[in-house]
Amino acid sequence: MNRINQKLKEDKKLLSIYFSAGYPNLNDTVSIIENLEKNGVDMIEIGLPFSDPLADGPTIQASSTEALKNGMTTEVLFNQLKDIRKTVTIPLIIMGYFNPMLQYGVEAFCEKCQQTGIDGLIIPDLPVDVYNERYKATFEKYGLINVFLITPQTSIERINFIDSISNGFIYMVSSASVTGSSSGFGDEQTNYFKRIKNMKLKNPQIVGFGINSNETFNQATLSAKGAIIGSAFIKHLSKKGVNTIHEFVSGILR
Amino acid sequence: MKYNISNNGYYGDFGGAYIPEMLYPNVEELRQNYLKIMAEPSFKEEFNQLLKDYVGRPSPLYFARRLSKKYNTKIYLKREDLNHTGAHKVNNTIGQILMAQRLGKTRIIAETGAGQHGVATATVCALMGMECIVYMGEIDIARQAPNVARMKMLGAKVVPALSGSRTLKDATNEAIRDWINNPINTHYIIGSVVGPHPYPDMVARFQAVVSEEIQWQLKEKEGKTTPDYVVACVGGGSNAAGAFYHYLENTNVKLIAVEAAGKGIHSGESAATSVLGREGIIHGSKTLLMQTKDGQITEPYSISAGLDYPGVGPMHAHLYKTGRAEFISITDDEAMTAGLELSQLEGIIPAIETSHAFAIFDHKKFKADDVVVINLSGRGDKDLQNYIDYFKL
Ligand SMILES: Cc1ncc(COP(=O)(O)O)c(C=O)c1O
Repeated sequence: MNRINQKLKEDKKLLSIYFSAGYPNLNDTVSIIENLEKNGVDMIEIGLPFSDPLADGPTIQASSTEALKNGMTTEVLFNQLKDIRKTVTIPLIIMGYFNPMLQYGVEAFCEKCQQTGIDGLIIPDLPVDVYNERYKATFEKYGLINVFLITPQTSIERINFIDSISNGFIYMVSSASVTGSSSGFGDEQTNYFKRIKNMKLKNPQIVGFGINSNETFNQATLSAKGAIIGSAFIKHLSKKGVNTIHEFVSGILR
Repeated sequence: MKYNISNNGYYGDFGGAYIPEMLYPNVEELRQNYLKIMAEPSFKEEFNQLLKDYVGRPSPLYFARRLSKKYNTKIYLKREDLNHTGAHKVNNTIGQILMAQRLGKTRIIAETGAGQHGVATATVCALMGMECIVYMGEIDIARQAPNVARMKMLGAKVVPALSGSRTLKDATNEAIRDWINNPINTHYIIGSVVGPHPYPDMVARFQAVVSEEIQWQLKEKEGKTTPDYVVACVGGGSNAAGAFYHYLENTNVKLIAVEAAGKGIHSGESAATSVLGREGIIHGSKTLLMQTKDGQITEPYSISAGLDYPGVGPMHAHLYKTGRAEFISITDDEAMTAGLELSQLEGIIPAIETSHAFAIFDHKKFKADDVVVINLSGRGDKDLQNYIDYFKL
């Protein structure tokens, strides 16, 4: 069974962390992943940096730009990760934009993911319909779970469609925004989380965007199976470096 | 149709809507409605009325006597420079502001490179009393100062794009992010035939008035609706799309797309996408774009802010791949020289973008009886400082 599905069966709220591979330093990737696992994180999204991250706010834009400057490429990332399954057992997901994968070759990329021990992909700008028509078979051939986003504006029919072609979890974007906005969750979010929960989808939901504290993590996971933190973790890395990851994680899971 | 868009939003292999889910409701709303709205009699009437009374259309098709003599062929200029606000861009913004109103939107965002599209957007927002935010690369703000001032005077808010190369590509990213953050009340007026479907098609249809007019104007002057060549510069490709539109499927009419080679195609400072680009995805569209081997979008360069874009619209990618259009790249120096020449032979100072289209005569020979229509996409007022600096005027 895919590690993601296994993890989703555990009777707990999941904490997933996103970071941009190659940031703060090119070769921090493996130690960040190992540290996150050691400190109790359930799942990791490894950001493959892109020059033009349309769905990202300033924090992830800046870490992506820095990572590219540091020399991160698709090839370098796969090299860094080649022995990752000797030390890490939690699910690993690559999150990135579609163009770098397209240039690598979608099939070659998927094959490399499988060899490396990557469990799934999140590709915000690969639309559901294109995936379904062109790439689903390839992803499945290499045992990869593709994760789709829904937002407060996504229609019920579309959520049901996304649920029908998903086989892991649904990435529930907390509000209409790019990553890194942090105004906290109000009634609107709570109602939206509840509304989705009441749809009784076959895939569990994990909330992302705007989660930055113990409080927002708890709010998000009241209805959802877990939550994803990106910008807040990257800000922590920028300020305090790789050696204080435990501080960040214990602050969230406190 | 071989060269125009298919029902599912592709030009051959190019186009589509590669957008994050956050944009899906907006883009889908537009996709489902744009053709319906454009076909409404009240829409057509208002669009045509504004083009006539406000923009000043039809723009003249002018026989350029001295230029024709010099290059020994028959050259006609489609005078988009005479439109209100000084370029073809306003054809599209008039169409899109009417579209936005019918979709119930109250807030308008746009990206701009040269500032022409920003000015054209700010203008129609003033006309309709709508809030207007224009994203513009920090570098472009510096090199197109007069247009920044015009936008402000028209009541628009100009927001500098500080990321990446700080030019048109990054201004487009910022506009898209704004749209993600404001999904309900906002319409994004894209300024060229780029972006996710249906934008390339919608913008091409609004610009198609250019070739619609060329047809009957040429009939009056030459006794036939079809020229031998249509020539236009290509940034994203909207003025070219408009000038080509009604001739796309008629292969007797040869199409020439002129790109910016910057300091030379292989100088590392260029925007010649057809030569330097590969297939990929930029701003939600599958098309040709300049990128690294690894799929990172590279920073283009051109002396003209309006051609300083690392991609071309999907229609043009298709015209290039199929060989339907010939692509010619023109350097900064060639363009500037051609701009000066047009000024002194015909008394018309073109935008630097447009100057590129006038520099093809060293690359392409025409027969004496060829009818060549060049789309004079914009006037040079905004570029005066650049011309002054370049020629030490
Ligand atoms: C006068 C003029 N011509 C051409 C262009 C290039 O755009 P497009 O290729 O969409 O016509 C611009 C863009 O700003 C412009 O201002």
